[in-house]
Amino acid sequence: MNSPVIEVKSLWKTYGSTEAVKGIDLRVGSGEVFALLGPNGAGKSTTVEILEGHRTRDSGEVSVLGHDPARAEQRLRERIGIVLQRSGVEPYLTVEESVEMFRNYYPSPSPLDEVLEVTGLTELRRTRVRNLSGGQQRRLDVAIGLAGNPDLLFLDEPTTGFDPAARRNAWDMIRNLKALGKTVFLTTHYLDEAEQLSDRVAIIVRGEIARAGTTSEMTALGGTHISFRLARGGESLPPPFAGTLQPDGRYQLRSSAVTDDLHGLTTWARHMNCELIDLRVARRSLEDIYLELVGRESGAEA
Amino acid sequence: MRLLRLTLNQVRYENKAFWRSPAAAFFTFVFPLLFLFITNTIFGSGEMELPGGTASVSNFYVPAIIAFSAISTCYTNIAIRISYAREQGLLKRVRGTPLPSSAFFAGRIIHACLVAILLVIIIVVVGAVLYDVDVPTNTLPAFLLTLAVGAAALCALGLAISALIPNADASPAIVNASILPLLFASDIFIPLDNAPRWLQILGDVFPVKHFSEALQASFNPFETGYGFEGFALLVMAAWGVAGLLIAVRFFKWEPRH
Repeated sequence: MNSPVIEVKSLWKTYGSTEAVKGIDLRVGSGEVFALLGPNGAGKSTTVEILEGHRTRDSGEVSVLGHDPARAEQRLRERIGIVLQRSGVEPYLTVEESVEMFRNYYPSPSPLDEVLEVTGLTELRRTRVRNLSGGQQRRLDVAIGLAGNPDLLFLDEPTTGFDPAARRNAWDMIRNLKALGKTVFLTTHYLDEAEQLSDRVAIIVRGEIARAGTTSEMTALGGTHISFRLARGGESLPPPFAGTLQPDGRYQLRSSAVTDDLHGLTTWARHMNCELIDLRVARRSLEDIYLELVGRESGAEA
Repeated sequence: MRLLRLTLNQVRYENKAFWRSPAAAFFTFVFPLLFLFITNTIFGSGEMELPGGTASVSNFYVPAIIAFSAISTCYTNIAIRISYAREQGLLKRVRGTPLPSSAFFAGRIIHACLVAILLVIIIVVVGAVLYDVDVPTNTLPAFLLTLAVGAAALCALGLAISALIPNADASPAIVNASILPLLFASDIFIPLDNAPRWLQILGDVFPVKHFSEALQASFNPFETGYGFEGFALLVMAAWGVAGLLIAVRFFKWEPRH
């Protein structure tokens, strides 16, 4: 990995008797899209807010672009952009004026037209903020985050509440940011979003990093699922498949020797003269791994 | 220089947003003018005793409504608008940028004062034209100083109370509850000459009555000196400093949940 933009070592944060973050380590390299995932209350927001400088830590080392965010230095704020989950804009200003107002805060802001272009707001530049749809306002949030031409952009759940088409547009926008060489620190509830966009992922559970790695490593680690249904004869399945019947009526095996296992399975099926209904062979998604780590219950609410 | 540029930038956008928001512009200007017309229509023909002679009651109501205007633009508006900005996350967003917080607040305060100045000019002109109330001449410096000290103190108190307001829903109720009773106890809506003693004392403790009376002194047509009300200015300034200290100590950038 190239030089780190964010480096965190044994970060701790406690609220009263609740240990929100319990000694986590993180490294985000320059130009990466990094996703921090985790259920609500796992310490995700606390971690991000400490990195953004909105919250102080109890102990540990934190470096963002070579600065300690707890010191709230102007020089650091000039180089980062923060897109919060929920944040207001003056409703009676236009899109263009809102971005322009924030551009004025920075020593070397992004060109206005570029910001509007990347966020797809060019057509709406003279529209007042109060007349924008929810998705358009979210794009304005990102535009304001980009106003100062930041090296590092924090995106907190950028697509929550979007319809599928709007999400695809937002994804394209985030890919554009990566093409501009920005480092993006993403938090999201959507695992497909993290899988699509991020180079590396960390999953935080109960205040600790449960797993971290490149997105392809994470999914490769999970192995491959072979699953199918049977009309009859399940009791005589060969060894790796025996007893893999799931509550939903499918047999499912997490296989680390796909060729051999499939060969054994199809040989058996031909011999038994029974059909493997809806046979699927798929690499496990980030979502499967995530759900396994956080447990299905807390995963459902996340 | 950077701070000045950023502050003026804030004032500029604050001003744009203000004039485009129909409710803000309407209530800020219409209420004080409405009170000016109503009070003068009902009571304006009466006479009142002033130090040095007898004048029409309009000489009381014009400065009283000037005080009311400064209170609603500097105190009420600032407090409510800051509470909303906090609730909507605007304060938190701004805090994540390199904009110094002093520029943000200075922008709000300067804009409120500009609006107040505009209102005061309108009221003074209306008072002179319609109700024959003399524009301060020899007392003009005292009038301007009183306005400046009063506006500064009210802005500081507006910031202070916005720091103590738990959420935006509660803000209009809290802000109005904090100021409306005082308006009646402070020589603004009604002259307090015959008010009971406790009401007089109540008015004396808070800065609003001192503000109103100092303004009235500068509108007294029989005043031959400069009309400076030293003690009143001191009380207002003390409240302003207290407000500023509370605001700095308790200010919150994020809503409490």
